[in-house]
Amino acid sequence: MKSSDWTRRQFLAGVAGLFAFQSVSPTVSQSDSLPGAGPAGKLLDPQRAGRSLEPVTGRDNLAAIQAIEKQLRCTCGCGLDIYTCRTTDFNCTISPGLHRQVLARYEAGQSGQQIVDAFVAEHGESILMSPPQRGFNLVGYFFPGTALLAAGVLLFVALRRWTRLAVDRPAVAPAGGPAASPAELERLRRELEQVDG
Amino acid sequence: MTLLGGSALWIAFLLGVWGAIAGFAGGRTGRPDLQRSARHAVFAMCAALLTAVFSLEWALFHHDFNIEYVAAYTSRNLPTFYTWSALYAGQKGSLLFWATVLTLFGSLAQLLTAGRHRVYLPYVAAVTAVVAAFFVCVMLFAANPFERLPYTPVDGRGLNPQLQNPGMVFHPPMLYLGYISITIPFAFAMAALLSKRLDADWLIAIRKWTLLSWLFLSVGICLGMWWAYVELGWGGYWAWDPVENASLLPWLTMTAFLHSVMIQEKRGMLKKWNLALIIGSWLLSILGTFITRSGVISSVHSFTQSPVGYFFLAFLVLAGSASFTLYAKRLPLLATETRLESMVSREASFFFNNLLLVGIAFSVLFGTLFPILSELVTGAKTTFSTTTFNRVNIPLGLALLVLTGIGPLIAWRRASIPNLKRQFVAPLTGGALALLMLLAGGMRDLWALLAISFGAFVTVTVAQEFWRGVRARHRQYGEAWLLALGRLVARNRRRYGGYVVHIGIVMLFVAFSGMAFKTETEATLRPGESVTLKSPYGWTYTFTHLGVSQYDALNRQVTAATVEVRRDGRKIGLLSPEKRQHVDAFNRPTFDPSTEPSIMSMLREDLYGVLGGVVNGTEQAVFRFTINPLVWWVWYGGMVVALGGLLVMWPGGGMPATKRSQAGYAVRLVGQA
Repeated sequence: MKSSDWTRRQFLAGVAGLFAFQSVSPTVSQSDSLPGAGPAGKLLDPQRAGRSLEPVTGRDNLAAIQAIEKQLRCTCGCGLDIYTCRTTDFNCTISPGLHRQVLARYEAGQSGQQIVDAFVAEHGESILMSPPQRGFNLVGYFFPGTALLAAGVLLFVALRRWTRLAVDRPAVAPAGGPAASPAELERLRRELEQVDG
Repeated sequence: MTLLGGSALWIAFLLGVWGAIAGFAGGRTGRPDLQRSARHAVFAMCAALLTAVFSLEWALFHHDFNIEYVAAYTSRNLPTFYTWSALYAGQKGSLLFWATVLTLFGSLAQLLTAGRHRVYLPYVAAVTAVVAAFFVCVMLFAANPFERLPYTPVDGRGLNPQLQNPGMVFHPPMLYLGYISITIPFAFAMAALLSKRLDADWLIAIRKWTLLSWLFLSVGICLGMWWAYVELGWGGYWAWDPVENASLLPWLTMTAFLHSVMIQEKRGMLKKWNLALIIGSWLLSILGTFITRSGVISSVHSFTQSPVGYFFLAFLVLAGSASFTLYAKRLPLLATETRLESMVSREASFFFNNLLLVGIAFSVLFGTLFPILSELVTGAKTTFSTTTFNRVNIPLGLALLVLTGIGPLIAWRRASIPNLKRQFVAPLTGGALALLMLLAGGMRDLWALLAISFGAFVTVTVAQEFWRGVRARHRQYGEAWLLALGRLVARNRRRYGGYVVHIGIVMLFVAFSGMAFKTETEATLRPGESVTLKSPYGWTYTFTHLGVSQYDALNRQVTAATVEVRRDGRKIGLLSPEKRQHVDAFNRPTFDPSTEPSIMSMLREDLYGVLGGVVNGTEQAVFRFTINPLVWWVWYGGMVVALGGLLVMWPGGGMPATKRSQAGYAVRLVGQA
């Protein structure tokens, strides 16, 4: 088994060398990398590489397809959108199927919104990565921001009030010497030693 | 060994119960014998739990697959490194790790706390014992790591492949250490409330502990991001996953505390707020543990649905109610000593800094728990996406970044107009220049523009602070520039360490902005075929598939592709992404094949290659290539943050008042000659 590996590596090195030598030729673009375009030997044990995948085509990478798929959640339970799941979890068998559905609808001339609507009709709103801005979801969208804004306004008002109080009733010692006792001064000195910031 | 481990757990539990009773009673009555007993109970509990850890590690290394935990998380061929870390790879082991480290920290708190703070120690022992006893109780009744199987498998299942990564060996313990060490400041806060000693003493006692906890959390979060990036294969490092959020929450509130505590120390203000922050941080750390353990919110990290969730929920409710009831009873004793004098003061900027930090924590918590809330209200679980989290938190984060720069520029108590002018001219000019340069360079992404120009503003702020301090020493003492810098930092570690942390935060924000320019493509390539990707810097990268090899390594069978990378035609290296099939000692597959990305990391951008799989068992392979700008800065930003944290907490930084004036600023006490 080891000797066959070694032979294989030599073969691969040869192939690599050959292609490195030919690197002056124009780069083969992705759309050219379709089955039958070059040598591709059989693997020793394909099972080790996981399930067999479909070749990726140019349309799989279309920005419009990615944009649609990033709005839709994969139903395998991973919590990821279809695009991220199919390009990350290569063991998932759900996201490639959902991707094919998106592609089929896209090629049938449906717009992005129509495709999203069709998925919602089939799977419910839980398929959406960002839930629609209506009903109870509005609480989720706007409550944190509103609460923070309200807290900011409250803080501002409170600070203004405190600063006015401080002006009206200054908390500093009266002029004419310190009101603190020597023991308090010593304590202050100790405290300051602790505060080096 | 299971008998020893199981018995140790029971002993630890009983000791915890006794430690709690003796500690509370000793604190209340002042009886020295009870106080001593509580202290010794914590030490003994620590010894018992260390014995349990030793027993479990023994079982892990001796492949005692009759123990369910050992069979579930290890196999005979698992590398030693990961066999050791299997201690905290699963729920039961991590609970044991949590309880053990807590009692270790509790013991250290008992041993290292300075004399004048020892009055708090009986209560500290009691709180430590209660929390540790709770964790032991969960183990004994719901998740016993020493539980035996009715049969003995010939080999274990092995460790999840995604956990077989150095990042995952260090990330969980760091995060746990962060969570756990918050218990000590919380225990001191409870002690201060119970003993009614609510002056600044308890804050001084917990200073190092809060820094330690913050440091562990910072490092743990950064290591988690690194692990997610190098292991999970999606080409990012943060996805607002519930467990990521759970780790961020206490970090945010602890960061808020580290700032607001300065106001209490300097001005006697925010006593109520600081106590609430410590209690809140601790509850968030327990909440984080609850979220991780219960599986209540769908997360890639969650362990399986488990009854321990109910234990945690009950504990969270009980502990939260008890803490805040006590807090409410003591509110009259927490009056502020001074008043805010001006809206334009460092205190005011810290108020807003705290508002933003806690606001971000609240929005993250709300977004994380919203699926539960929506399910309760509407019956349907609604989850927010990364995009929604980003939409809310990016503006808040940027506002915080601006405050990071503004805070140090404003004087305490009241800033004057000339002072503001003097302080702000250079930083504002720096920020504006950076913005103009980016616009001239063609950058148009709003958030990235703001992040980088705000980052420049903060950097100039920090540089200005260092420059003025060094110049003052150079002029006053004639010290060489480098010596002046060294002494300036060494004698004001808290202040200048804090500035170093700010620089680390800037690096992180700049790095985060890089993700706005992420580019990726999928491609199926036969050997010799190429695909090209355009970098945001204008370069063209060509990825050429050279071939696929298969070989055995340790406990896995590897399928590796070799990809040549050229930048604008010039070869810069190779990527070798892998598919890994993990197997047990009998070559039986243990998990689904996993992907192992290959990353070429550079100062300006990372090239990230993933081998998705092969087509029909041939060398024709499916790849995903990603260009991730500025990711390098995330890791180094994290290191700078950690370095700054270490500088702040390095012992010996505090200096006598007599030396204070040598550090570049002078303090004159009232009545001092």
